[in-house]
Amino acid sequence: MSEHIVSKKLYFIIFGALMVLTGLTVWVANLDLGRLNTPVALAIAVTKAILVVLYFMHVRYSSRLTWVVVAGGFLWLMIMVGLTMSDYLTRGFLTYPR
Amino acid sequence: MAHAETLDAHDAHRGGDAAATHHASANLAHHFDNLEQQREAGSLGMWLFLVTEIMFFGGLFTGYIIYRAQHPQAFAIASSTLNWKLGAVNTVVLIVSSLTMALAVYFAQMGSRRMQIIFLVATMLLGATFLVVKGFEYADKFEHHHFPGLNFQWNEAVPAGVSTHHIQMFYWIYFAMTGLHALHMIIGIGAMLFLIFYAYRGRYTPEYHAPVELTGLYWHFVDIVWIFLFPLLYLLGAHLTHGGGGH
Repeated sequence: MSEHIVSKKLYFIIFGALMVLTGLTVWVANLDLGRLNTPVALAIAVTKAILVVLYFMHVRYSSRLTWVVVAGGFLWLMIMVGLTMSDYLTRGFLTYPR
Repeated sequence: MAHAETLDAHDAHRGGDAAATHHASANLAHHFDNLEQQREAGSLGMWLFLVTEIMFFGGLFTGYIIYRAQHPQAFAIASSTLNWKLGAVNTVVLIVSSLTMALAVYFAQMGSRRMQIIFLVATMLLGATFLVVKGFEYADKFEHHHFPGLNFQWNEAVPAGVSTHHIQMFYWIYFAMTGLHALHMIIGIGAMLFLIFYAYRGRYTPEYHAPVELTGLYWHFVDIVWIFLFPLLYLLGAHLTHGGGGH
C-alpha cells in the first residue's frame, strides 16, 4: 500500500485555516479598499482553493502525472480568461467608427 | 475475518493470473496489473473529469468577469441585495462538509466502517442544509421579483448611468452559477446515498475504497466553486451597504 494517508490532525489544521480565511474575506469585504477589493478577495479565495486541492484532495501526495493534469486544468482556465479579457479590455484603446 | 481472505486472494493474483477468482475480481479489474495502478488510473480519470468541470464553470466565471468589467456599478448594487450573512453561513457549512468528507475518506482508509458511515451521513446532511438555506434565499429573490425574466422588477432608484437591464444581468449570472452549483450538490448528495448503502454493506476496505475517495474529490471540487462564488457574488457590494451606495 503506497497510498499516503493524511493525518486527522492535518485535516483539522487545514479546516481551521479555511475558517480563518473565510472570516478574513468577510471582514475585508466590508472595508472599502477601492480598486484593491477584488484582488484581495480573489487572493484569499485562491489560497483557500489551493489548500483544499493540496490537502483535502491529496494532490500534494499524488503522482507527477496528477500534478500535471491539475495544473493543466488551471492553465487552460487562465488562457480562456486571459485571451477573452485581452479582447474586451482593449476595445477602447483605439478609436474607430462604430 | 472474511476480509483477510480477500487480501490473500489478491496477493495470489498480482502475479498476473488472468483467471480471476470471485474475490479478486471484486476489487481488481482484470485490465490492471495491481491495485496501486488501478487507484492511480481512477484518480487520474476523476481529475480529468474535474478539469472539464473547471472549464465548464470557468465559462460562466468568464461571463461574470466580462459583464462585471463593463457594468461595475450595476453589479455592485445588485450584489448588495444578496444576504451575505446567509452566504457566509453556507460557506461555513460547505467547509465543514469538506472536512467531514475528508474524514470519511480517512476512516475508509483506516477500515472503520462505523466512523465512515457516520461521516458520510454528516456530509450528506450538511449538503442538504446548504440546499435548504439556498432555497430560502431563492424564495426571497422570487418574492422581490429579482428573478430575471418577464416578472423582473427593480423598484429602487438607480444612480445616473446605471441601467436596470445590467442589474438584471447580475441576477441571470447569479441564478445560473448558484443554480448549476446547487445541481452539483444534489448529484453529490445522491452519490453519498450510494456510498452509505455500500459502506453499510461493508464494500469498502483499506485496500479498495476508490468510490469514497473519488466522490471526495468531486465534493471538494464543488466546495472550491463555492469558495469563489461567495466573495464574487455576495461580497462584491458589501461595502456599499455601509457607504450608502446601494440602499
